[in-house]
Amino acid sequence: MADYQSLDIIRRSASTEQPPRVRGGQEVAKLIDVSRCIGCKACQAACMEWNDLRQPVQTCQGNYTNPEDLSPSVWTLMRFTEYENPDGNLEWLIRKDGCMHCSDPGCLKACPSPGAIVQYENGIVDFISENCIGCTYCVKGCPFNIPRINPVDRKVYKCTLCVDRVAVGQAPACAKACPTACIMFGTKADMIVQAESRIADLNSRGFDKAGLYNPPGVGGTHVMYVLHHADNPRLYANLPQNPRISPIVALWKGGFKVVGLAGLALAAVGSFFHYVAAGPDETDSNDETVAFDMAHFEDDRNASEGRGNDVRPSH
Amino acid sequence: MSVLHTDELKRDEQIPRHVHDADRKGRVYVDRYNTTQRINHWITAALFTLLTLSGLSLFHPSLFFLSNLFGGGQDTRAYHPWFGVFLIVSFAMLFVRFVKLNVPNRDDVRWMRKLGNIVQNKHAGLPELGKYNAGQKMVFWGQSALISVMFVSGIVIWDQYFGKYTSIDIKRYALAAHSMAALIAILIIIVHIYAGIWIKGTTRAMIRGSVTGGWAYRHHRKWLRKVALGREEARAGEPGANDPHSPMPGPVSHGPAE
Repeated sequence: MADYQSLDIIRRSASTEQPPRVRGGQEVAKLIDVSRCIGCKACQAACMEWNDLRQPVQTCQGNYTNPEDLSPSVWTLMRFTEYENPDGNLEWLIRKDGCMHCSDPGCLKACPSPGAIVQYENGIVDFISENCIGCTYCVKGCPFNIPRINPVDRKVYKCTLCVDRVAVGQAPACAKACPTACIMFGTKADMIVQAESRIADLNSRGFDKAGLYNPPGVGGTHVMYVLHHADNPRLYANLPQNPRISPIVALWKGGFKVVGLAGLALAAVGSFFHYVAAGPDETDSNDETVAFDMAHFEDDRNASEGRGNDVRPSH
Repeated sequence: MSVLHTDELKRDEQIPRHVHDADRKGRVYVDRYNTTQRINHWITAALFTLLTLSGLSLFHPSLFFLSNLFGGGQDTRAYHPWFGVFLIVSFAMLFVRFVKLNVPNRDDVRWMRKLGNIVQNKHAGLPELGKYNAGQKMVFWGQSALISVMFVSGIVIWDQYFGKYTSIDIKRYALAAHSMAALIAILIIIVHIYAGIWIKGTTRAMIRGSVTGGWAYRHHRKWLRKVALGREEARAGEPGANDPHSPMPGPVSHGPAE
């Protein structure tokens, strides 16, 4: 079912062909207002239900984050952080972690398999499992440490933003299940407007650093947060301050590819032209004669017993 | 060789051990690589080719079609590291065999200064060389270094077995190092292959095991004098003079010169 939405695909991993642009639809976004999250994990349960995923039961790690990490079958995870603010008060920061659906996705940039990662025109970044080869380059490409490799089938999994629901006009399962409307879903433009009203509200309640997390380093994301401490997103279970595709990955997938292949082609073509220009380096008969005489005459002067035997010795 | 009186010539038993008068047409052949060395080289070459094809298929989208040679993307991803494991073993054997002969010396510096003439096939004023010239030594050391880099970085990014031992950031550097080392290594191999095409008579060394006396005289005269012809005066004082061009005595099929 790789191509059932091919008209909506605006970017495709490891592909240089021009994607179809006839539709030009709207970008969607999920807005997560962490200030309204009560930590109920309804979003996690809804994700499991809709996507039919079951993480084996684990042991408690001493905090509320459960399961302990994202996994091939945990596509969204509430990360709980106990933060003691400068006033000495405890703040319980809860962030629903998962794929951010970057406008400039590092996973897609790193992926070597054509069509294993696609970006739809609504902004959703999706893994097309049948094309996934299990190299985990996407894991290295992601600035948010989201994709997880399944050791059983060697394929990588992450949140799809419920692309199958969104495609038929439904909100993602997590947004549908959230009891406090902490998770909102709509067009990206609408969600930014929504965020602004939430930020104004938080500002009026003393959170003067409240703001929208829509990091420009990855071209913005299609999962955005309203944070009460937008000046320090690291507080929220190490949400990157200024995420961007690692310059190492950018170099490897940018300059190396171009310069590398050009260099190899140049070496091959250059070699051919060298042959055309300079010609082969050949040993002439004089060289052979000298070497022959060196072997037969210069070395052993008293080898007389073999003379007269013109039968070539076999060896 | 206008008139050749074969009765004045020595038989193979009488000329130096590694030289053979094969056809008595004014040409001798000089042993350069024994069977083990040749097989070792070609196994390494085959593995390098497989690694190049599978590696390039994952390196650039326009070359992904090469993964079809290995049964598709998943198979390519799975096989590539194993090719590398076999390569490191095979190459290590080559390294041990040839390392002593690839130590740089003064002749290499003098030879390199004349590189401009060499590429024009002009050999006047070149120093006499041992078994390897500076270019060949650079191939040897370049590949030794790059294959080492690729082996270490390859282990780091071999997610299936070693994924859990390093951080994502280290893996990013490993990926960049791996692909850059691979590009340079392939570049060196292109030059290496071309040198075999350009310098006539060279490929014979790695296929048949021997070169003509004239080839040895033109390209590796010191090796011909010292080693192949077994000149005592030239070999005096040379370490490992007994058989330095064959560090691991292989199953040479020629009888010893007695």
